[in-house]
Amino acid sequence: MLEIRALRKFFGGVKACNNVSLTVPEGKIASLIGPNGAGKTTLFALITGFHRPDAGSVCFLGEDITALAPEEIARRGMVRTFQIVQPFAGQTVRENIAVGAHLRIRSRAEALAKAEAVAHRVGLSDRLDLDAASLTVAGRKRLEVARALATDPKLILFDEVLAGLNPSEIRDVIPVIRAVREEGVTILLIEHVMQAVMSLSEYTWVLNQGELIAEGAPADVVSDPLVVEAYLGKGMAERIARREVRHA
Amino acid sequence: MRQLALLGLVFAIIGLAPFVISSDFTLNAVIMILYAALVGQAWNILGGYGGQFSFGHAAYFGTGAYTVAVLQVQLGINPWLGLIAGGAMAVLVAAIIGFSTFRYGLRGSYFALVTLAFAEVLRILSNSVPFTGAGVGILIPLDQGPANLQFVTKQGFFWVIWLITLAAFVTVWWIGQSRFGAQLMAVRDNEDAARALGVEAFRVKMGAIMLSGLFSGLAGVFYAQYFLYLDPYIAYGPAVSVESLLVPIIGGLGTLFGPLLGALGLHVISELTREFIGEFPGISLVIYGIILIAMVLFMPRGLAGLASRLRARPFGTRAKAAEGSHA
Repeated sequence: MLEIRALRKFFGGVKACNNVSLTVPEGKIASLIGPNGAGKTTLFALITGFHRPDAGSVCFLGEDITALAPEEIARRGMVRTFQIVQPFAGQTVRENIAVGAHLRIRSRAEALAKAEAVAHRVGLSDRLDLDAASLTVAGRKRLEVARALATDPKLILFDEVLAGLNPSEIRDVIPVIRAVREEGVTILLIEHVMQAVMSLSEYTWVLNQGELIAEGAPADVVSDPLVVEAYLGKGMAERIARREVRHA
Repeated sequence: MRQLALLGLVFAIIGLAPFVISSDFTLNAVIMILYAALVGQAWNILGGYGGQFSFGHAAYFGTGAYTVAVLQVQLGINPWLGLIAGGAMAVLVAAIIGFSTFRYGLRGSYFALVTLAFAEVLRILSNSVPFTGAGVGILIPLDQGPANLQFVTKQGFFWVIWLITLAAFVTVWWIGQSRFGAQLMAVRDNEDAARALGVEAFRVKMGAIMLSGLFSGLAGVFYAQYFLYLDPYIAYGPAVSVESLLVPIIGGLGTLFGPLLGALGLHVISELTREFIGEFPGISLVIYGIILIAMVLFMPRGLAGLASRLRARPFGTRAKAAEGSHA
């Protein structure tokens, strides 16, 4: 569904994305993990047209979309959310979601009705008429999801929708994400919350310093020594292994 | 819909003015308030709803004014046609300025500075070329009659400005109810988020600047026909640009009725200034500057915001409680 080939982006000497290739299969929840500064958000920005890649290509539904404008990519059915939530402050939750709905719906009344339906799906229907700026962090994350859903996407890229939520809020949001997939929307998520990655995603890539260092089922990936070292530092994998032997 | 009904009611009441007001002085005041509301509403489309703060709305105003004047004086073309041509030329100028700024993603103060520069360029051009009458200005010959868009009585002018201003207000009402408006406000509040949701920010901003330019240009046409004299400073000078943005900022940015409230407020202020300070050249701009700073600091939502705050106060506690139960 989404095919990234040899994507590269350097910011001066920083290799934010170096020769990254991956293919997101249709109908799955896939994830992208990696330590801070690994280039995950940059990769999202490259895929969705917010940054222009230095080299490489992005194919979506069999068409080359490399360096198209974000709005054009959204029209073709791929939307992203933002790690730092970006509500339209001063507008109500309903109006916020309707902006997404307007991508496919001209009529204001129909877009507002659709916003209401989408709000129901993500559990925001009790806050429809509140100012988006008055929402809690958890509420804003739900709003990000709702706005993206309202565009009727085929693929959603979630940039850390669970970051900053407490464990009970995470437990509430995970079913929402799962329900999105049940409706036939493919999902690629960036996530730090390992609980979410492990329980949600069926396939995962690990990015470190702009390069893919591992991929596979989440359970396999987290025990990969390369991944452990990327997160915890050199030598850590060995030490953990030693300790486990001792315990056994 | 309720807003449209209220709008109709307000303009119906204003429409009574020529029937109940016999003094030319008072009717002139009503005309000038409507005119200021038009100029402000034009700016409000781009600045209030689109979040693009232009400091050069004189570019559109002056183009409308000069178009109708030059067509009449140099080519003998009827000012009613000039009204259309003036609006069209202003839209063209707006499209050029919009394209050259939005295409390169200019925002905030950069956009403001470039629009100011465009207006200044046009002022200097109109000061230099012969067909605008250069620095001497251009005088539209007095030839009163409805066919010439000049009226013996103030009533005629009243209906012209009433109609154009009503058109501007209905347009803004439509913006508040339409997809275009929703997308425009989304771009204002967060351009990146809007684009991620498929809003074509460039196209939406172009639409806004052209609509804004249209009504500014029509205001310019009206000004030319009402006062029958233009020079580069009147048409393209900073006073018009400042008035354009001051009216909606006083009244309430991004609100339908804000510019009307702002026009009323500004009129009262300028009358008071004249009363107490007298005709002191440039004093009005000084006062405007002080008001602008005060408004931005203390009342960023303008008179309309104050009105809704006062209305909300009696129920304030209850509204709070209701919000609490949702959370």
